[in-house]
Parts: sequence; structure tokens; C-alpha cells
Amino acid sequence: MKKNKKRSRNQNRELHVVTYLFMTLFLLMMGYYAYYVAVPAKEEMNNSYNSRQENLAKKVVRGKILARDGDVLAETKVDENGDEERVYPYSNLFSHVVGYATRGRSGIESFGNISLLTSNAYIMERLENSIGAEKNIGDNLVTTLDVKLQKAANDALGMYRGAILAMEPDTGKILAMVSHPDFNPNHIAQEWETISTDTERSPLMNRATQGLYPPGSTFKMVTLLEYLKENPDSYGAYSYQCNGKIERDQVTVSCYHGTNHGKVDLLKSFAKSCNCSFVNIGLQLDTRSYAKTAKDLLFNQKLPVKFTTSKSSFVLDSDSDTEEIMHTAMGQGETLITPLHMAMITAAVANGGELMTPYVIDRIENYNHDVMKQYGTNKYGRLMSKEEADLLTYFMKDVIEEGTGTKLKGQPYTVAGKTGSAEYGGEEKGASHAWFTGFSATENPDLVVTVIVEGAGSGGDYAVPTAKRVFDAYYD
Amino acid sequence: MSNMIVELSKYVMIVLLAFYTLHCFIVFRYANEEERRGFYIGQNIFMFLIHFLGYLVLCFQTGDTSLILFFAVQQIMLFSVIMLYRILYPDSNRLIINNMCMLLCVSFIILTRLSYSRSVKQFKIVLASLILSLVIPYFISHLKFIKKFTWICGGIGIFSLASVMILGNVTYGSKISYQLFGFTFQPSEFVKIIFVFFLAGMLAESADLFQVVAVTLMAGAHVIILVLSKDLGSALIFFVVYVVMLYVGTKKLIYLIAGLASGCIASVIGYRLFPHVRTRVTAWRDPFSVIEGQGYQITQSLFSIGTGGWFGMGLYEGSPEKIPVVEADFIFSAVSEEMGCLFGLCLILICISNFLMFMNIAMKFRDLYYRLIAAGLASIYGFQMFLTIGGVTKFIPLTGVTLPLVSYGGTSVLVTLIMFSIIQGIYLMRSKGVKIREEK
Repeated sequence: MKKNKKRSRNQNRELHVVTYLFMTLFLLMMGYYAYYVAVPAKEEMNNSYNSRQENLAKKVVRGKILARDGDVLAETKVDENGDEERVYPYSNLFSHVVGYATRGRSGIESFGNISLLTSNAYIMERLENSIGAEKNIGDNLVTTLDVKLQKAANDALGMYRGAILAMEPDTGKILAMVSHPDFNPNHIAQEWETISTDTERSPLMNRATQGLYPPGSTFKMVTLLEYLKENPDSYGAYSYQCNGKIERDQVTVSCYHGTNHGKVDLLKSFAKSCNCSFVNIGLQLDTRSYAKTAKDLLFNQKLPVKFTTSKSSFVLDSDSDTEEIMHTAMGQGETLITPLHMAMITAAVANGGELMTPYVIDRIENYNHDVMKQYGTNKYGRLMSKEEADLLTYFMKDVIEEGTGTKLKGQPYTVAGKTGSAEYGGEEKGASHAWFTGFSATENPDLVVTVIVEGAGSGGDYAVPTAKRVFDAYYD
Repeated sequence: MSNMIVELSKYVMIVLLAFYTLHCFIVFRYANEEERRGFYIGQNIFMFLIHFLGYLVLCFQTGDTSLILFFAVQQIMLFSVIMLYRILYPDSNRLIINNMCMLLCVSFIILTRLSYSRSVKQFKIVLASLILSLVIPYFISHLKFIKKFTWICGGIGIFSLASVMILGNVTYGSKISYQLFGFTFQPSEFVKIIFVFFLAGMLAESADLFQVVAVTLMAGAHVIILVLSKDLGSALIFFVVYVVMLYVGTKKLIYLIAGLASGCIASVIGYRLFPHVRTRVTAWRDPFSVIEGQGYQITQSLFSIGTGGWFGMGLYEGSPEKIPVVEADFIFSAVSEEMGCLFGLCLILICISNFLMFMNIAMKFRDLYYRLIAAGLASIYGFQMFLTIGGVTKFIPLTGVTLPLVSYGGTSVLVTLIMFSIIQGIYLMRSKGVKIREEK
């Protein structure tokens, strides 16, 4: 009997092998299928092409979006007839970051849609509701947004167009995100025609994440980083005689307002934002290595955030001509960047070279405030070495101490930063966007603030005071 | 009231199908059909309850009372099949019959939800196919001279595939069908079975090198014609069946390894050579980047599965009709969206139990010819199931094949029912063989 069994097993060896192979495939497939439903599907369902989100809305009352301290930023009110209305108590204040949910979706309302339309209420309650044809109450999204800081940033930007971002460099939490011009999400349905067709002001565009601006002198952080990388031992010996303009191959570049900076070393070139000196540096750089540094800093890539973003651009390669190199070195030419990207680079510098992935949704709670999912701090990766980050910080501190950012000098908190005055092809030549990006508490950084004020003038005069009001509000 | 029924039956159907599935595997613990009987009857009860609940929900959701009649006709048909098998073939394998009916039930429920007129059309084809397939086990177990038709099988296979390539219509980018008497035929479906008979005949005769070369050349011709017709799914199935049967027939592991390795090489060459293949791979790797083009189908399918979640949206509560060709290649996504991932997992397990039972039947059989046929049909069935479900869940690139017995499509269901009946016929021969030995 035993022998018989053994023989049949021998005889069936091939069939067993085939069966096991197939079973392996089947089990892997089942595992993948279940895993897909359990994990990746939850994110992918938020895709705006997924029209099935409407099917969920029929069964669930959309959840609330809350500020970090629990203030309501968006909620759905249901009247006695069962009609729903999405209400935004702060009107325009969070218009871009929280977004809107009628007439399409944007912001958190868009990428948090599935969570808002998923109910994790107690199971018996859900069963009771679904049997009784009652809608379940969707989950709440608790964000990292700080109402006080958002207000301060919004007031600081005032009537100007532009964007402000405030985030924690060591966690990646976005505390404030302002974009002007804004709109009132409460009236989006009624005013849709005017808002969506206003191509001159583009109020629907989130300038903080989608606005592509020439970085101007703030880009000198990148040029400086590349120079430090190429000359780790000799950068201290750098010296340049600035005459207010520099000419190469019939291309002339001048310093802002034609200022003559005289003899400058590297520290002073950066602090005073001397264009001529940086063009001089740019012409010495290895273009390929320069392009690699830009790539390491996430240029020409999709940023690792859930917001709709634009890709920043850096176009230099080994074929670029002198003019392109000269313009790029000082952040003009084809170079473009989003304020969010600028804030991320600054945050990496503040955090010793390591970027924490920016995020705005802190946790998902059911409507009884039980935490369903906690999003934590995530390391994105290293954009530069610790030494390089520390050196940049040293240079950026000097900008505040004796350079273009002195309007932030002498505060109860220390700041390191860089200003920029990005010229754009406006009608009156010489018009520029005012930039500032920097962080406070340079020893153990607290907050990154990035400001762009469209068409205001120089960064030192317009963007720095704007940033100061945000820092002040933070330390108030 | 109607809402309560829709919601409750969603959960109840999952529980019932889970019990049904459990029974599919419990029966493997018992060696003979006698001991399994109780479980089989349990399965029938679960099946009729699921069928009933499914149509109850469909009636409530559409308010269409004519569905009751349709349901009754289906019940009569399924009941008759189960009874007729018991009367005509008392020794038949009831797991296969039950699973066949269970899969048809799910098919009718989801097809009726997607398109009433199509489900009626499908019903007619199923009815005719079931009647036809009732006689097949008898022929298989009595007419043993089919072994001699090996080369005829090979010839017919090549001839019909080639004629389709030349004459056939183009459907969804691949030339796989032609019209006959108002019905659309997909000869590659039939040729699958003929091909298995051909391979079995060749390899059972001898496993020497000459035979292996001849088999390889013929199999290669089949596969190449299918690739040229852009029917990649069928080409893959033919290839896998060839490798499996070659290995089982010759007992040489090297053939299995060489077969799989050359399969990999051929895929790479195919990828380089055919834009058609590249499109599918792109759509698989990052469908969201090409969501408006070649990634549209698969992302719709993923949205469908994802929105359905574990328990499904409930019948008529989702939007499976947004997936192009949902009733054929993407039927599984529709089931997953409206009846839930758990229901879908049970469905896969039922298909797996079919595969295991087919393989089990092959193992119990001494005669190499029939062993090969059973193993070949099991591989076709298993691999096709893997291709379609793996494809719509984005586990592997889409190949555009149907889910046997569940998908809409006349040829597919007819051929699958014939396959099931052939296995049933082989099973009957085996039980007869056992009896003869006992008498001695």
C-alpha cells in the first residue's frame, strides 16, 4: 500500500510541479488583489478621472476639514429637507489649500475626497443607517494648517498677488499656504462663470504650488551650492571685482539697479546678491555637474506632494551657450520655480540637507473623533550633505546680518534666508517679483517661510517685511 | 424596505458564497464522492439562495417584474442540469457540476444587471451549450479511437487559425473572429481544445526527440499565427499549455525550464517588435500617466474595484458600465465593484477548486493520453482565469481574454462547457476503471 502510494507520487511528480506553479501564481494574484483594495486603492480613488466618487457621495455626508486645533475649515450642513450645502466658515482665507467641492474639486477637497466620503462611524450605526436609507457621516480630515499663521500670511500679502508658504522643516508640516488673488469657495457655484474665465487674474490657480516664477537671486543658493561642491577647499579664497556690470560674448549683465559692489568675496557676493560676481561664478562651473545638482534639488521633476503642482525648470546642459549660463547663474533665463519647491529646498537646508516630505493632512478621524489613520513625518531623502547645508545656512545668515535681508535683523529670533528680485518680461522693463525664502531659529530651525510678491519690486524691500510678519505671528 | 433588502443581501450573498467556497475545498479531504454528497447538497442550497437573492435585488432595483420569469427559467435550467447529470452519469464529479452552475449563476446576475438583452442572449447560448455538452462525457468515455485523429487535430487547428487571420474581422485591435449564420465565432477558442488533443496524442505516442521537435514546430506555428493575428492572450495560453504538456508528457524538467526561459525571451522580442505589445505594457506600468489613452480601460477597472471595496457598492449602486467591454473582458471588475472584493476572492477560489479538481483527475488516471488531456485542459482553464483576473486588477498587463463561464460571449461559454464535459468524461472512465479492478 505504502509502496503503491509512493509510486503514484513519483508518477505524478510533474503534475504536482505544475499544480504548485499555478497555485503560486493564483495566490500571488489574490494577495495583490486584496492588497490593492486595502491600500493603494484608497489613494488612487481620489483621481479626478474617477467619476465613481459621486456614487459614494450618494451614501455618505461629506466629512469636515479641520485646522490643526480643530477649527472647522469646511463642513457640510444638511437642512431638514436633506439638502446639503458645503460651508467654508473662513470664506476666502483657505480658498486654495482647502479648495472647493462643487463645480469639480481642488485642494484638500480633491485629494482627500475619498476619505471625506468614507464613513468609519461605528459599524452597527453604519449598518442601521444603510438599512434605513440614512446617509452615514463621513470622516473628518484634521490638517496641519494653523489659522493664526494663515491669517497673518494672508494679511501680510495684502492686496498684492503672490503666494506665501510656511512649513516646519523638521516635520514637513505645512502650516500656512496663501495664494492671491483668491476666491470665496462658499459662492463658487454662483460665481463660477466669472471666476473660471478670469484669465487675467487666474484666481483659481494655487500660485503656491502651481505658479512658475523666475527665481531671481534666490536661485543663487543653487549656484552657490554647486560652487561649494566644486571647490570644497578653495571657496574661501574667492574674490571678484564688481563694476556694476559684466560682459561676455557680447552679453551684458548688470547688478540690481546697476549697483557697484566693488571687491567682493564669496560671502559678500551672496549677502549683497551681486549679479556680476555670480555670473562670474556661473561661467566657471561644470555645466553637467550644475545640472545634476539642480536635479538633486528636484528641478524638472514632479514634487512629492498631493497638491496639483507644476514642474520647476532648469534647462542648462553641456550645449548651453554663454548667455544661457550667465542668466541661469543669477536665476533668470529659462529657469522657473514654484514657491512650494523653493520652500522645500529651504526646508532641506534648514534640516541639515534632508528633506521631509511636505504634508497637510495630519490624520483621518471618524466623526466621533476616533483616529482612523495618522499620517506621520516622512523622510523624502537627502538633497545635499550636512556640511553643505550648514555652509549654506552660514551664508544665508549673513544675508540677514549685513546683506539684502537686514529688515529681519535684530529680532528675538534668528533668521537665515535669501532675497530675490526676479525680473519678468513685464511691459515696463525692470519690473520684478519680490522673493524671500528663509527659516527662523538658525540653531534649531522652527519655521520656513517663502514669500513671493508679484511685481512689487526688490525682495529686500517688499518680501522680507512680508515674511517678518509671518515670523512675528509664529513667535507671538 | 427595498433599500434594506439591497443592503442586507449584499452582505448575505458574500457570506453564502464564502460557505459555498469553503465546501469546495472541504470535499478534497474525502476520497470518494459518496462521502462528499452532503457537502454537495449544501453547495446547491447556497447556490440557489445566492441566485435568488441576486434576482430579488435586481427586481427591486429595476422594478421590472419580468425578471422573475427569467429567474424561474434559469432555476429550472440549472436544476435540470444537476438532476440530469445525476440520472445520466451517476458517477460524475459533482464538484465540477456545482461549480459550473455557480459560476453561471454569478454570470447571469451580473450580466442581467449590465444588460438585460445580452443576458437573455447569453442564456440561450448557455442553454444550447448545456444540452450539447450533456452528451460529450458519453462520447469521451466510449469513443477511444479519437487518439488516432492526432494529426487531423493539428491540421484543423492550424487551418482554422490561419483562415481567421486571413478572413476574419478585426475586433478591438485583434483579428479573432468571423461571422457565421449571424453568430460571431472565435475559432481560437475551439482550437484550444483541439490543440490539447493534438499534443496529448503526439506525446502519449512517444516522447523521443523526433516527436518533441514535431510537437514544438506545430505549437510554434499555432502561437505565431495567433501573435500575427494580435491575439496575445490566446497566444500565451497556447504557449503555456504546450510547455506544461511537453513537461508532463516527457517527464523532463529541462523542457519546463527551457520552455519558460524561451517564453521570457519571446516576450522581450515581442515587446521590441510589436507596438501593440508595448502599448499594453505601458498601460500596465503606469496607467495613470496615459489615462486618456491606452490606460483608460485599466484605470476605469481599478476605479471600479477600488470604489467597490471589500463589500461592494451593491447591485445597480456602482458604475461598471463605464468600463469599455465590461461584460466580456472586465466582468470581474464589475463583480468586484458591485458585489465586493470578498465576493471576488471567493469567485477566484471557486475557479481554483475547479483547477485543482481537474489536476486531481489527471493524477488519478493511468493512461498518459487522458492524463495529458486533463492536465492540458486544467492549464488552459487556470491560465485563462489568471490572465483575465490578473489583467483587470493590474497584477499583469491586460491581454483581453474572457473569464470562463462568467464573461459574456457565446463561443467562450460553449467552449468552456465542452471542456468541463470532457473532463467529466475522463472522470467517468476512471471510475469505471476502478470498478473493474475491484471486480477482479
